Amino acid sequence: MRADLLTGETAGLDEALAAVDGFDDALTEGLLRPRPAGAAALTALAQALAGSPPAARVAEAAEKTAAGAADEEHFVALAAARTALLGSVHDALTARAAEAVGRPRAEEIAPAPGERPRPVNLLLAARAWLSDLARAGWRGIDHEIVSGSAPVISAMLADPALRRLAALLDGFAVELAASCPGATLERVPARRWADLWSRAVLLTLPGAADAPAGGTATGRLLPLGVDLHEHATAVQSQVHGVFEPADGSPSRLVRASVSVPKPDSVVGAGLWQLLRPHMSLLAAVGEGRSVELTGMPVTAEGDLLWDDAHARAGESADPFVTARVALPAATDPVTAPLDRHPARIAVPVFLEGYERGTGEDGRPVFTVAGHPLPVDTGRIPVAGPLTPEAVAASGACVGLLRWDAGTFFVQPLAVERTVRKKTTALHAGAWAAGTTDKAGAKAEKAATDAVAVLRERAGRLLRK
Amino acid sequence: MVPPARPRKLAKVPFVELADGRLQGVVSSGSDIERVYVSSIAAGTYAFACSTNNNRPCGGARGSFCNHIRALVTEAVLQYGARRVARSLKVETADDEATAQTLTAAMTATRPPLDEAKAAAAVFSRFLRHLAYLELAPVTTPLPEMQWFPPSRAVA
Ligand SMILES: [Zn+2]
Repeated sequence: MRADLLTGETAGLDEALAAVDGFDDALTEGLLRPRPAGAAALTALAQALAGSPPAARVAEAAEKTAAGAADEEHFVALAAARTALLGSVHDALTARAAEAVGRPRAEEIAPAPGERPRPVNLLLAARAWLSDLARAGWRGIDHEIVSGSAPVISAMLADPALRRLAALLDGFAVELAASCPGATLERVPARRWADLWSRAVLLTLPGAADAPAGGTATGRLLPLGVDLHEHATAVQSQVHGVFEPADGSPSRLVRASVSVPKPDSVVGAGLWQLLRPHMSLLAAVGEGRSVELTGMPVTAEGDLLWDDAHARAGESADPFVTARVALPAATDPVTAPLDRHPARIAVPVFLEGYERGTGEDGRPVFTVAGHPLPVDTGRIPVAGPLTPEAVAASGACVGLLRWDAGTFFVQPLAVERTVRKKTTALHAGAWAAGTTDKAGAKAEKAATDAVAVLRERAGRLLRK
Repeated sequence: MVPPARPRKLAKVPFVELADGRLQGVVSSGSDIERVYVSSIAAGTYAFACSTNNNRPCGGARGSFCNHIRALVTEAVLQYGARRVARSLKVETADDEATAQTLTAAMTATRPPLDEAKAAAAVFSRFLRHLAYLELAPVTTPLPEMQWFPPSRAVA
């Protein structure tokens, strides 16, 4: 990897982020009656979009909002403007990452609008709540405003077709509730909350959340590793892998996701337990196997829409062999237009021969061909054998290249470590299908007991 | 980001949350498996309440915290950490000394009143909503926004 290409200035990036930050500050104070600084930031946001297709709509929205006369349509336009700016940042960073990684990239994709009918009233109810938040600002939130989302979220969660927005709103609302009242908050995570807010606003547009299958995949899937995401009431695992089509066409990088809502007291090994029954791929990952796919639906973005009926376990496949041999030639998928955002960058990479060091913040740094690359061990799930210590002592790493707060960094998915001339691999998702590890088995037992208690309580109390 | 809850045994106190300006939750009855107690403490005033899911007041929670409320504090500290519980309830305590015992002692020392807010029904329905999460179907369509919610090794 050309790590040297990951550092240095990106033209236009600071200007775009400054416009975003200005808007985020205005949102922090609330958009009901923006103060002069907020009004100026709204104008600057509109100016940053000047000359682009939505420019006129954004300018009108900025003007009305600055005058304290915004309606929900104006908030949608502002969210779209902010998202477009971050989309351009995403594109610049992705181009740089692609150059550094040196793999082929897929062609651009045209947005494919969703076709499934949507309960529009729920989307509108969600938008009304998000508009209340925008008017109040993060400084103005209280328990009453935040809890206004509960009925909408409950209704949405029941419909799997609305899960994308529901899971986002649910995680967001929990976070806001833990920060109430906003007036006394020490520090407002303005960028993060504005990200979540604007994504949610755009997902209330009917069809926006859809990722329709663009085709099917038949061939061999070689897993690279598992990335886990969780908030208080949802968990998602995302398996990254190289797909080798049976028809001999070029191999490409794909993802397979499974997610499920959860009670907040189900954590650690309990997360794998909830996910495990719904995706045979997790067992394959745990056992170090490939998977043979037959007609598996896949989106243009490279997301397999997993269905066990289209998959069967294949030969054993070591992710480090996949990373060394198959990954360099695999094509990176492009990102759907709405999903273009720096936080969404997660590019599979393989690193070895790096020098191990420690950064100023105490976190590990891999120096790749003379260029330091920070390592984020904070994203490694607790229920697994991979630890920050193992990462710090590793000799090879399969990971995801990400970007945050101005720098690229690596999130390890697996490492190889050599102790007394014996090389062992440690995978973040090793316990996805269960484990015989002593500490792991104990965590599994505790999680099983916790879920059993909740199911027993649910059985007694829920259906009365 | 909110640090994830820490694992704890759920048999005695299946539900704890810091919400709506209260520490609130559900405590299993020691004697009757069909019965649970809904208990709460309000932030700042420490006004407390405890009643069964059928709205009978708890006999132990007349003058001060009953055992259900004490168990609630203990389990909240296990789940969220003493510091977060103290901050949410607005209990002044030295951070490194806070435990469930010191928090409970600090609150009961103020001779808190009985809570007249009658939040039990709302808390119980939140508990049922919480249980209903186990019944929700999984999906295999990607949720791109979960990228904003990485797992955290941070301890509350
Ligand atoms: Zn009681």
